[in-house]
Amino acid sequence: MAGSKEIRDKIKSIKNTRKITKAMQMVAASKMRRFQDRMIAARPYAERIRRVIGHLAHANPEYRHPYLVTRTETKNVGYVVITSDRGLCGGLNSNLLRTLTLKMREAQRDGMGVQFCSVGTKGSVFLKRSGAKIVSSINHLGDTPRIVDLIGVVRVMLDAYSTGAIDRLYLVYNRFVNTMTQTPTIEQILPLPPDAGKGVSKHPWDYLYEPDAKAVLDDLLVRFTESLVYQGVVENMASEMASRMVAMKAASDNAATIIDELQLAYNKARQAAVTQELSEIVAGAAAV
Amino acid sequence: MAMTIHVDIVSAEASVHSGVATMVFAPAAGGEVGILPRHTPFISRLVPGEVRVRTPENGEECFYVSGGIVEVQPHVVTVLADTVMRAHDIDEAKALQARERAMDLLRDRRADVDYARVHSELLEAVAQLRTLQNVRERLKGRG
Repeated sequence: MAGSKEIRDKIKSIKNTRKITKAMQMVAASKMRRFQDRMIAARPYAERIRRVIGHLAHANPEYRHPYLVTRTETKNVGYVVITSDRGLCGGLNSNLLRTLTLKMREAQRDGMGVQFCSVGTKGSVFLKRSGAKIVSSINHLGDTPRIVDLIGVVRVMLDAYSTGAIDRLYLVYNRFVNTMTQTPTIEQILPLPPDAGKGVSKHPWDYLYEPDAKAVLDDLLVRFTESLVYQGVVENMASEMASRMVAMKAASDNAATIIDELQLAYNKARQAAVTQELSEIVAGAAAV
Repeated sequence: MAMTIHVDIVSAEASVHSGVATMVFAPAAGGEVGILPRHTPFISRLVPGEVRVRTPENGEECFYVSGGIVEVQPHVVTVLADTVMRAHDIDEAKALQARERAMDLLRDRRADVDYARVHSELLEAVAQLRTLQNVRERLKGRG
């Protein structure tokens, strides 16, 4: 029975692997639903801030906050790169990092300096290996990312923008479109795109401010950028789970196919062994 | 029916409260403000403290906010909070502990402590405790 034992062992091992991938698929599916809820829960905050900023920018055309002004010259750019902490989620991170690399090369060709703020282990490892300049990084956010954890790393970038160390800030993450589709996205967060002030009526009016317009607007803009980054993190996590779910489903399916094939080979090997034994016995009997 | 104003209390992580009210109190930068329907447009920073929402049924809902922005328009109040908790979700033991720790640090005057941060932590803990106390007193007054 040459080979049949090996085949049996192999089938067993693949069955075990399938158990694991199946379990990972289920976990990812339930987590994805949770992150989707969180994604939706985070929307009202950003929406409302956007509206208030719109009002403010409209009511105070004389005060231009640096976050709203596009600088004429761009010498240095910053990227906030959001990746997952763990692997086994299909091509999610590699697609994102490839998109980023292309963009980065382009920037460097134009003679711009590039700085990074990394959220997530995969991005940190990649950027470190490629020798990029990482000014801040945070890993292992866990399953419940909180905005407090992000404030520190984002602040470094905001300060860099305020002091002029960078002239533009981008957010790099996977946008969650649906369970099957996640698109690598590079979004400009500073200076704020002009459509942040859309949807304002023409009727002129102004707020009463406490303490004053400038202070309130400053606070709001910082919070707004933080909430954008938070939104990116949550979307990226939902994308990670969706992508992992799909990848693990594919792995489970592949395991099932391989098991079927091996089972067939095993049956054939067994049949051949039985036939051979029989013919040996018959031949032996004939000789007697 | 009494005039009402719509209230939304949102933080970056979740929308905590959304509904109508006859009056809203918020801890603005220059002191507590009471907001009635048809208030003139107003915007302010928030300090750690309590946001109270008086409902048309004469009930009252309390929230603790650690800071943020309040925006008022004639028919809408929006509280953009940094962190927000319903008053009965405040962990009193934790708040007390935080207060003790902050006061100890301030008393010791060690060099390796970020005093601005400790100070803001102390303010938050005290505001949480005060919110709890207010809620209790009101409950007592009613019962």
